[in-house]
Parts: sequence; structure tokens; C-alpha cells
Amino acid sequence: MKTLDELKKIREDAKKNLELRNTDKTIRVVVGMATCGISAGARPVLQTFVEEVSKRKLHNVQVVQTGCIGMCTYEPIVEITMPNEEKVTYVFMDTDKVKKVVSDHLVNGRVVVDYTIGALK
Amino acid sequence: MALYRSHVLVCGGTGCNSSKSDMIRQRFEEKIIEMGLDKEVQVISTGCFGLCEEGPIVVIYPEGAFYSRMKIDRVDRIVEEHLFKGRIVKEYLYEESLDKDKLKSLNEVDFYSKQKRVALRNCGVINPEDISEYIARDGYLALGKVLTEMTPVDVIQVMKDSGLRGRGGGGFHTGLKWGFAAPNQADQKYVICNADEGDPGAFMDRSVLEGDPHAVLEAMAIAGYAIGATKGFIYVRAEYPIAVKRLEIAIGQAKEMGLLGKNIFDSGFDFEIEIRLGAGAFVCGEETALIASIEGQRGMPRNKPPFPAIKGLFGKPTIINNVETLANVPQIIINGADWFRSFGSEKSPGTKVFALGGKINNTGLVEIPMGTTLREVIYDIGGGCPNGKAFKAVQTGGPSGGCITADYIDTKIDFDTLTDLGSMMGSGGMIVMDEDNCMVDIARFFLEFTVEESCGKCTPCREGTKRMLEILDLITQGKATLEDLDKLEKLAINIKNTALCGLGQTAPNPVLSTMRYFREEYEAHVLEKRCPAGVCKSLLSYYITEDCRGCTKCAKQCPVNCIEGSVKKLHIIDQDKCIKCGACMEACPFDSIIIK
Ligand SMILES: Cc1cc2nc3c(=O)[nH]c(=O)nc-3n(C[C@H](O)[C@H](O)[C@H](O)COP(=O)(O)O)c2cc1C
Repeated sequence: MKTLDELKKIREDAKKNLELRNTDKTIRVVVGMATCGISAGARPVLQTFVEEVSKRKLHNVQVVQTGCIGMCTYEPIVEITMPNEEKVTYVFMDTDKVKKVVSDHLVNGRVVVDYTIGALK
Repeated sequence: MALYRSHVLVCGGTGCNSSKSDMIRQRFEEKIIEMGLDKEVQVISTGCFGLCEEGPIVVIYPEGAFYSRMKIDRVDRIVEEHLFKGRIVKEYLYEESLDKDKLKSLNEVDFYSKQKRVALRNCGVINPEDISEYIARDGYLALGKVLTEMTPVDVIQVMKDSGLRGRGGGGFHTGLKWGFAAPNQADQKYVICNADEGDPGAFMDRSVLEGDPHAVLEAMAIAGYAIGATKGFIYVRAEYPIAVKRLEIAIGQAKEMGLLGKNIFDSGFDFEIEIRLGAGAFVCGEETALIASIEGQRGMPRNKPPFPAIKGLFGKPTIINNVETLANVPQIIINGADWFRSFGSEKSPGTKVFALGGKINNTGLVEIPMGTTLREVIYDIGGGCPNGKAFKAVQTGGPSGGCITADYIDTKIDFDTLTDLGSMMGSGGMIVMDEDNCMVDIARFFLEFTVEESCGKCTPCREGTKRMLEILDLITQGKATLEDLDKLEKLAINIKNTALCGLGQTAPNPVLSTMRYFREEYEAHVLEKRCPAGVCKSLLSYYITEDCRGCTKCAKQCPVNCIEGSVKKLHIIDQDKCIKCGACMEACPFDSIIIK
């Protein structure tokens, strides 16, 4: 170890992994992972959220899974809650859609209306 | 680095480990592979979470779900439900962590909410066998800062300003100690970490070493730089195999990354650390005895002065600090002296870790700001005495300390307040006693410990404590007189004043403090031949009441055949022959046997 900057660089890298253990985050991404969600492809959806959130250093976003949300035909379903805002429910998610939701909704605060459950009707 | 969506943290501290947490971790690993989740979920063995009563403990992130009293046969369901399908298995959660149906975060749980974690900040949070997790939590940043931006004089000044006092028992100012050693010229100086932890019931140092070994290594290097030492020793008892193993791993990783060894941070500063195993003698925790033990001599104390800062290990200037003291150091360097002073009390800044044990609901390890009251620790954090029993006293400071009664339960805990009450902080053991504890018996327990651990070098301790124990034995057998009580007190004061080291000087404390607060209990043993708490066996008698139906069960159980009586007739115990084993009482189906 030669310099403090070298140490700090290692720290930034190592932090990515530990972010997961912080439970004080205010933005929640909830992925439905019951049998219905998993068979519709929720697993890669969840993993992509984890990776994108980490890549973009969104320290305030917690990605968790939940059981059946109760609308199995629309799986994979993802719910996003931001402080003081109504919950947004995305349906028929896949990994490409995840990337767009992360950049538009989580980073820039613009809901991707086309993917939401409201757009179905 | 692989990115996981979920972390399973399994407590790998000695407490949980002894209830098979290693096998629980193994089963998690197997089941996770079986379910094909091994690329998504990481299993980590951590240090102690503190809530040992509820162990083995498993915490799953990102939810922070706190599973308590884990069993191997619960693992599969948690993997299938929680990790695979995202459904937290609520019935296995620690009850207090649920608010109706909502998961509370850990720092909202009663046991944790009043705590302030500085020395334990990484315990139960990181993988102690992975240096990168320590670095992620600002590890080695303090060492880097010290070596690249501060002079040794600056470092000592920050330590002085922080007001940190030694957590090993004495409460001596750490900055002052370092300041004594720094100006001494010598070809070699040493830093020693005292991890002997001999107090019965204390396990804070073990938990720091098991949960956050790098914090201690980093602090030792900082201390080395401050006083001009290039070599450190950790003196740890061999009974702590997990701590030793994690220290070895940590030293290896730190060396590999150049955080120990030569020319650290390109500053020209070299520092290396070696481990020395102790055989578990209490006296070897005393600094001069410890030094003798590292030198390969018999672990016996010597007179001070000269103090180790002048003439220590191998005759060279040496500072010796306790594990918990050291664990505070990197935090003080990073956050500053004012930050450290922002909690705790005026004369005892910072926090202290206590090992809560005895008659208390939440046995475990707690770290609180100094100045927290005993009441908060015992009731709010500890959950009070089990089975609704009344709190009687709390013993602090182990065999060197004393007890504090319910009258003083609103005392704000710090070094000075405890000493004023005739007890002491010691290393932080806190044993809670309820109405069923006999105070003479408690004093006897601690004195028996010191008699066994006395090294025998000085007469007051070697002979004096033994005589004290003999008098205590007489008291518990109902054979003592009031003169014996006076003799006991006089002897105690003499030993305090004349013993060579802290062991003898403090050994009478448990007796003196119980005599001070519970004189009437001593007198009941002497004058009435009665043990009010019903503990001292020789003073108890078993009697059979009129409720006896003559079933003969008790007589059949009695190992010395001292129960007379025929079928369907009242039975009688022959008091002369009775050995008070209690077997009859357990055997009686009608609860007709009582103790008087
Ligand atoms: C009998 C006896 C046992 C001791 N045992 C320990 C011990 O186990 N751990 C410890 O850190 N200090 C122990 N001490 C205190 C040490 O002598 C020394 O004061 C301490 O390690 C200094 O570190 P600190 O200033 O960081 O507390 C003991 C003292 C005596 C008299």
C-alpha cells in the first residue's frame, strides 16, 4: 500500500458489496418472486436491478424480493416506492425494461408509464 | 467482484458457535447450492451480534431479517421461502423485531436502540476474515491518515484530547500513557495488546477480536507510529481459538496488502505484529506479569515503578493497551477527539462494552455511552430479571469489583461513579442478581476465584485471601461469630493496602462491598444460622409437611436412606443424616417437601 488514494480506491470497490447491508435506504424496489414470478423470469429481473443499482451507485435504493403480489398473469411484477410518492407498479418486466426503469425512474425520477400496470388498460 | 442480491450473515462468535452455528452456516451453503442460488446469495460468517441469549443468530439482507434461536432444520425452509421466493419466515424471526407485521430495523429493537456502537461497530456487520469488508467500512483509513498527514506528536495530542481511558480496568488515560513512552530513546520499543481477558463472565475482548480483528491491528500500528515502536505483540489466551485464527488470517491479509510490514504507505514506517498465546492465568492479564510471560518467564507481577513505558518488554519502553481500548483508536483518529467526547460523560468520554449475565433476560454484549444509568442497561436493554423476580444487586468489575444495590440503580455508569460506590468498572462484566442470590455466597464465589488465581509471590495475597476464604466458609456453614466478621473486614483492608499487584489489592472488594450493603445478610448467617436467600446448603433443612400422602417415592429416591415412614403415613427426614441433595423434593408428586 503506497498512498491513501490507493486505499480509497479499494474502499470504493469493496463498498459496493456492503451497500446491501444498509437497511436505512428510502427508495425500495420490490420484485415479486413467488413461483409465478420466477417462472415468468423474475430472477434475472431481480439480478439486473441489483447490478444496475450498484453500477450507478444508487446508495439510497434497496432491492428486495417479495412473495406473490397477487396478479400472476402480469408477472414479473416490480413495485417501486419513493418517499412521499405513490407506489408505481411495473408489469411484464424483463432485463431491458429494468435498465430503462433504473435510468429513467430511479435516476431521473420519471416514471416509465408504458411499462406500468396503468398502461395495460 | 461478484455482486450478490442477498447476504446471509451467520454469527460465528464463540457463543453461537458453541450452539452449532458453523453447521447452520454449512447447511445454508449446501441448500443454496442445491437451489441454484449460489451466484445470487452469499453466506458470511460474522462476529458476535451481542444478543447471545437469542443465539444462534442469522441476519438476512437486504431486508435485515433477524432470525433468532436458529436450528439446522429451519435452514431449508428459510432458503426455500425467504431466499428463493422472497417470503420472510416470520415465525422464525426474533419476536421483538416484528412490529405487528412489519419488520423493524435492528436499531429500532429495544436491545439495540439504546446502544452506541464504536468498539463493536463492525461486529456482526462484516466478514472478519475478509480485509476488503473492513476497508469498505473505512478500515486502515486512520492508519493512512496518521502516516501521511500527521506527526507522532499530533497523534498523541488527539488521543489526549479525546480523553480515552483504558478499558482494561484501570481507566488510565491512553494519550498520557503513549506520551510517556514516546520521548524515551531506545533501539527498540514495543506495543502490546492485552487480550488476556481473565474476568469470569467477560467476553467483550474476545468478541472484538472475533468480529473485527483488523481494528486492533490498525490501532496497534497507529500506537507504534506514535511512540516509535516497530514491533507489536498480541497476548491472547489459548482458550480463544476462533479469535486466534481470525487474528492470524487478519495479520496475513494486512501483510499481503502492505498495511503491515515494511514502509507502510510509503512513509518509511515499519510495523509487524506477532501473536503470543497465554495459558489462561488471571494474573497474566496484569501488565508486568504479562510482559514476564511474553519474555518466557513465569507469569508473575513485579513492583512498579519502573512502569512499562520506561522499562517494559525485554527492558525496552513498551505500551500495553487493552483490546477494547485499541478498537476505539482508529475511530477517534478518523472522526476526531470532539466527536469522541460528544458521547459519554465529562470524565469518561466514549462508550463501554459490558457483558451482561446472571439473572437477566437478555444475556449478551452491550455497548453503551458512558453515563447511561444502570437502570437503562438492566431494564431497557437487558429486559430485567427473568420470571418476574425482584432485582437485588449487580456485580461489576468481576473478582476485583463489588456489587451495587437497587438503591443505586439510577447511578450513571462511568469509571468514577462505580469506584465511588465501592465497586469498579473493571473490564465490563456485569452480573445481575435477584432475590434468590445469597450475597455471602457471591462474595465467596469471587474470592475462591482469586485464591485459585493468586500467583503466590506476595504474602498478603497468597496467605491473606486464603484466610478470608476460610472465614467465609465458616459463615456459610453457620459456624462463624461476630468477631469473625470483624476479623474478615480487618484482613480485607490489610490485604488491599499491602498486596503487590492489582490482583491482591482488589481481591477483597467483593467481600467488602457485600459487607457494606448487605451486612444484615452476613449477620443472619452468623447470629440466626440462617441463609435468607436459601442458598447456603449447610444452613438449609428439608421438611415434609402434612400434605404428605405417604407414597414413599421420596424415601426410595433418598441416596442416604434418611427418610422414615410407612405407606400412607406421614414421612419424616432425619436431619442429622440428610445431605441436602434435594432429590426427595424433586421426587415428591404432592409438593409436600419444603426448605426452611
Ligand atoms: C489481576 C489483573 C488482571 C488483569 N487482567 C487484564 C486483562 O485481562 N485484560 C486487560 O486488558 N487488562 C488487564 N489488567 C490491567 C492491565 O494490567 C493493564 O492495566 C491494561 O492492560 C492496560 O490497558 P488499558 O490502559 O488499555 O486498559 C489486569 C490487571 C490486574 C491487576
